[in-house]
Amino acid sequence: MAKAALMDFDDALKLYEPVLGFEVHVELNTETKMFSPAGNPAHAANHDAAPNTLVAPVDMGLPGSLPVVNETAVRFSISLGLALGCQIAPSSRFARKNYFYPDLGKNYQISQYDEPIAFEGQIEVELTDGTVFEVPIERAHMEEDAGKLTHVGGSTGRIQGAEYSLVDYNRAGVPLVEIVTKPIFGAEHRAPELAAAYVRAIRDVVLSLGISEARMERGNLRCDANVSLRPRGQEKLGTRTETKNVNSMRSVERAVRYEIQRQAAILAAGGTITQETRHWHEDTGTTSPGRPKSDADDYRYFPEPDLLPVAPSSALVESLRAALPEPPAARRRRLKAEWGFADIDFQGIVNAGLLAEVDATVAAGAAPAAARKWWMSEISRIANAQGVEASSLVTPASVAALQQLVDAGTLTDKLARQVLEGVIAGEGTPQQVVDARGLAVVSDDGALIAAIDDALAAQPDVLEKIRDGKVQAAGAVIGAVMKAMKGQADAARVRELVLERAAQ
Amino acid sequence: MTDLTRLNAADLAARLASGDVSSVEATQAHLDRIAAVDGDVHAFLHVSEHALDVAADIDRRRAAGESLGELAGVPLAIKDVLVTTDMPSTSGSKILEGFLSPYDATVVARSRAAGLVPLGKTNMDEFAMGSSTEHSAYGPTHNPWDLDRIPGGSGGGSAAAVAAFEAPLALGSDTGGSIRQPAHVTGTVGMKPTYGGVSRFGAIALASSLDQVGPVSRTVLDSALLHDVIGGHDPHDATSLTDSWPSFAAAAREGAAGAGLAGLKIGVIRELPDSGFQAGVSASFRAALALLEAQGAEIVEVSAPHFEYGVAAYYLILPAEASSNLAKFDSVRFGLRVDVPGGTVEDVMAATRDAGFGEEVKRRIILGTYALSAGYYDAYYGSAQKVRTLIQRDFDAAFAQVDVIATPSAPTTAFKLGEKIDDPLQMYLNDVTTIPVNLAGVPGISIPSGLAEEDGLPVGIQFIAPARQDARLYRVGAAAEALLVDSWGGPLLDRAPLLGGNR
Repeated sequence: MAKAALMDFDDALKLYEPVLGFEVHVELNTETKMFSPAGNPAHAANHDAAPNTLVAPVDMGLPGSLPVVNETAVRFSISLGLALGCQIAPSSRFARKNYFYPDLGKNYQISQYDEPIAFEGQIEVELTDGTVFEVPIERAHMEEDAGKLTHVGGSTGRIQGAEYSLVDYNRAGVPLVEIVTKPIFGAEHRAPELAAAYVRAIRDVVLSLGISEARMERGNLRCDANVSLRPRGQEKLGTRTETKNVNSMRSVERAVRYEIQRQAAILAAGGTITQETRHWHEDTGTTSPGRPKSDADDYRYFPEPDLLPVAPSSALVESLRAALPEPPAARRRRLKAEWGFADIDFQGIVNAGLLAEVDATVAAGAAPAAARKWWMSEISRIANAQGVEASSLVTPASVAALQQLVDAGTLTDKLARQVLEGVIAGEGTPQQVVDARGLAVVSDDGALIAAIDDALAAQPDVLEKIRDGKVQAAGAVIGAVMKAMKGQADAARVRELVLERAAQ
Repeated sequence: MTDLTRLNAADLAARLASGDVSSVEATQAHLDRIAAVDGDVHAFLHVSEHALDVAADIDRRRAAGESLGELAGVPLAIKDVLVTTDMPSTSGSKILEGFLSPYDATVVARSRAAGLVPLGKTNMDEFAMGSSTEHSAYGPTHNPWDLDRIPGGSGGGSAAAVAAFEAPLALGSDTGGSIRQPAHVTGTVGMKPTYGGVSRFGAIALASSLDQVGPVSRTVLDSALLHDVIGGHDPHDATSLTDSWPSFAAAAREGAAGAGLAGLKIGVIRELPDSGFQAGVSASFRAALALLEAQGAEIVEVSAPHFEYGVAAYYLILPAEASSNLAKFDSVRFGLRVDVPGGTVEDVMAATRDAGFGEEVKRRIILGTYALSAGYYDAYYGSAQKVRTLIQRDFDAAFAQVDVIATPSAPTTAFKLGEKIDDPLQMYLNDVTTIPVNLAGVPGISIPSGLAEEDGLPVGIQFIAPARQDARLYRVGAAAEALLVDSWGGPLLDRAPLLGGNR
């Protein structure tokens, strides 16, 4: 594949205005699938299911099987629609999208087509500097996921050139909500950043609702990014490309930047953009053509005759509206005020994706500054070293308990870091780690004085030096005591005791 | 001992309940009858190897004093469109040859739970597309009244099995007349319930918005008894109604006892042309109406101006839904697979579908694919749905004036095998009076009205009721049946050839 020519990003922005659009698929974490009683692999209980063990007749498209709508999935979808500021359709329908593909048991996908359950909304998207951008939402509709194909043999891992393909129908029928934005104008040079921030904002909303695990690396959240450019001053929109299934926020940002640079180079050279889907390549940071997408795609949509329209009562919609959690953007504003952090400190937490953790840690009793310090320094450091999410290492409750031990003087900061390692290693609660490792600060003066006596016996001239005004000489004794106590002494108290002795 | 196969299901059930006859005896008698005549009739695609075991189990349970359903121990034939765990389910197609379902259709499960004894799977037009069973991939079924003639379709196997005394009861499915038109040409009873009244779960879909499972029998009461077993809400079918239904058997018994005819308003459709109907069919229809009128029923002319567009709308909606429903037969997960050395999965799918589907199925898939295509959708599928709404309004308006509507069940008596096979349009017109019933989702029953004078073949009369008024059809149907059987001096099927034995 020839390497595409790229225009410098700033030059591209001088000539062209980028227009964005996103389709984000959210896998709902219901217990069962969208249309079948089979277990949902996007639910925590089913993560380890072997291939083709989470299937019911309808997931396999068996003769005579029929779909039945999962009402929990409908409620989750309504909540998501409401959280995105959408109107909820009093009646919406499922349709069949017909196409043959081996990952699709019925050879049609049940999806909402011209009648989505939610439409006309917006979401506040916050950039890293705190600027708030309002992204207009066109619709959010329900559909089912397809199965997963694994192509074996051949070099590319794609269907072309593969010797054979394996199909896992566990994912077939997983409930999805697809959120489609309207065209997004005005992002300008911040378009790549906005792309990542938008996906993060959707993730925050979904997590706050508890309707999906929202793990991009697991495919719980998948983003298709549409990018088009139009020459400055032109009214008509340019031809767009759709980069599919970009599965991290950083990749979304990179993919949008890449497409802007690639399209600008083509347009500047007098070329035209092909309307097509494109694949994102994480390793090279480039996109490549997928299949051409045109109005000629004919999925022969028609209303799904096996299902009745989805007609939620207004009572249900209003009860779900009343139960909505605080919107993430409003919550951020509130927490920043409550904690009294400087912009940069607060934004750091947000950008690290640790707001929920810090909030929960504060709620569990830790002071905001202490909670921030733990998550942003020690825990993040370990997470980086291990290449995992900070939130997966330790619970906010444990962090709060750890800080309480520090506040009570049971642990020094240094000891607390050792306890944290124990907690992360799975040795139990902070108190259990303290007990098991015997890490508590020795607060018994008798034990400290005995250790000081031993140190003074080895360095008899220290007391004399202190009395001569060389107070820093105490350091040698303190160091020896700390060493003897394996760090489990409060150095300040040791110093007090040494100075008291010299004064005697 | 009387021939157990000549007993109606209700009478056989009574003798089973009294201990006079065992289910094993009754089942064996029917298996013997199948062995004797099905070589000629070919109603069955598969005869169960477990029937006698199931019957013996029912006998044991009865002997142990267990409380059993009214039809416990009665043999049942099952249309091959319904999936079964213990017998193959092919829907009359090569593409499903030998297919064993991992689950039972709801109606099959309910029949088993009620103690009915599955005898086997009956022949049908491939995927229920046809009016003659000539489109079965496994050869046609023959009409017991005349083996050179069609038994109707798509459910010709179920109707012929019942008419030939191979089974007292059968399950059928009706998308545009597949229960009622075979009843008409075989002198049997067939009921298409209100859409949503009987679960479709496990019925291999033809056109989801039209398909409905129903009973096939020799008497109205027998159909009502079976309907009581299979009907009612099923959470596995989202289009299943949640209504609680009255006893259909009780309604049939009331009707047979003479209730319901006095003051009954029977609508006759003004726009149904006499011209399209065989003279003997029209004569039989009018004679039956006269009999009902003599018993106090009032015949009222009603208008259904959009009835005549029913067939055209139907042949857009049905192929459209069928083209999508039949997409699942692609060789990937089950059924026939035609390998294409070096080919892609698309090549294998195409070769399998080419080899596995018959001509009529391909014709309708192509029609439906076309009707749903971008740019044609509004003109075809969209317009057809509008016609459907207009036909529903016609029925609403008619039922504001009358209690039931009556029509001949089909335009002609049984035609000869091969006569219309090359003329799909003529074949489609067979269902001119049954199709609007499916389009409107209302219930319809066909009962024998007599024999056509010119050919001595059976004719049926169809009664149609408003949605959810299935019980009314059993009441009226049983009342009409009692009058007609009285007028003939015995059941119509007594006049059918005996078949089997000395030929």
